[in-house]
Amino acid sequence: MSADTPLTEDSAANPAVDGSELIRFDKVTKRFGDNTVLDDLDFSVASGKHVTLIGPSGSGKTTILRLLMTLLKPDEGTIKVGGDYLTHEEKNGKLVPAGEKHIREVRKNIGMVFQQFNLFPNMKVLRNITEAPVTVLGMSKDAAEERARELLDMVGLAEHIDKYPSQLSGGQQQRVAIARALAMRPQVLLLDEVTSALDPELVVGVLDVLRDIARSTDITMLCVTHEMSFARDISDQVLMFDSGRVLESGPPEKIFGDPEHDRTREFLGAVL
Amino acid sequence: MTWDWSAVGDFMPHFWDGLLVTLQALVLGSLISFALGLVWALLMRTPTRWVRWPVGVVTEFIRNTPLLVQLFFLFYVLPEWNITFSAMTTGVVAIGLHYSTYTMQVYRAGIEGVPAGQWEAATALNLPLTRTWTAVILPQAIRRVVPALGNYVISMLKDTPLLMAITVLDMLGEARLFSQQNFQFTEPLTVIGVAFILISYPASLLMRALERRLVR
Repeated sequence: MSADTPLTEDSAANPAVDGSELIRFDKVTKRFGDNTVLDDLDFSVASGKHVTLIGPSGSGKTTILRLLMTLLKPDEGTIKVGGDYLTHEEKNGKLVPAGEKHIREVRKNIGMVFQQFNLFPNMKVLRNITEAPVTVLGMSKDAAEERARELLDMVGLAEHIDKYPSQLSGGQQQRVAIARALAMRPQVLLLDEVTSALDPELVVGVLDVLRDIARSTDITMLCVTHEMSFARDISDQVLMFDSGRVLESGPPEKIFGDPEHDRTREFLGAVL
Repeated sequence: MTWDWSAVGDFMPHFWDGLLVTLQALVLGSLISFALGLVWALLMRTPTRWVRWPVGVVTEFIRNTPLLVQLFFLFYVLPEWNITFSAMTTGVVAIGLHYSTYTMQVYRAGIEGVPAGQWEAATALNLPLTRTWTAVILPQAIRRVVPALGNYVISMLKDTPLLMAITVLDMLGEARLFSQQNFQFTEPLTVIGVAFILISYPASLLMRALERRLVR
């Protein structure tokens, strides 16, 4: 995909793409039973940035992505995306839990790629990609199909358009899943350990596609990964998580080269 | 006891009438049970207890009382409230209703068998709830349960003779009528016994083949 065909066509008209704040977590707490996964968490992500979340498993990285995708609800605190509350809405000056309509509206800005791909096995590759643009965005079938072809071309799977997901390798399925998420033209793309379920030789192809997207679009990326070289490559900012809090954050050179905390050093020593 | 081929010949016209009635009851009963069972299964997933609770009680009641009792109830009691249907209609509705309480459990298992990741992907794509059900969840759930539904159709076939109890002339009804008029029991009963096997055994083979194809 060349740089002159931006994935978010309407991004020029979008005030959020000027590096201003796009995502804000404000005192967010999330518990599972007695286990506090996120503890009074504050952080924000500027529009267009590529942010990687690293840290030991159980430190709450994936929970952040799932909260943003509204697959989970925070127990306390608020999350804002593009200036709108994600799970709350303002009514008569008061903040109340958001209704389905409001959540759907804000969720339009967010796309997600999952560890287990989660393609729809009952649909061919083409319809996996066109289903939501047609039924949610109201695109015409022709326009959605043209867009799907472009995206499949970009992820190198143009010839697999008429196959079912089960006929593809894990790496190919994941690239279809990336195309499917991009078809909705989200402002934010959430990547949840997208290479963890893949055989080692298939990881490279998926990471190459993501590098390409990071380079050629202004989409904001939030990425949970154990691929540290990939994180170093694409990130503007790396957040090191520990026990549901941001232990430290900074540009990749800083976190990978000269971290402040011993805990970070330990973690990187274990995964690198 | 002697086997009389001429009695078989005499019975055959009645047999065809009965076979037609049996197959009609089977097809219509199946359709009702497939549709109604899906409705029950979906109602049992609504968030409101005030829907789930009555549906649960009613279906549990129907599943745990004999079909024959339900047939009698619908055929003899409803008319007292001035609700009357033909015997055939009553029979088809009773069979369909009774079996819908089994198919609902089949659907439930199928729906629960769809991985959580499918729901999450549908949410991530912002699909509306109804679209998630019709385009993503149900096609996967139903594909898995076709063989199990098929097994209930075979069960239902073997229950169709109960319709005789409410005066419907299915295969058994025709055989009994013929026997009583001609005092020949062996031939008509043997003919319909063979007919049941000829329908249900290939059907069960078909279900096994479907199972191999669909459940992966």
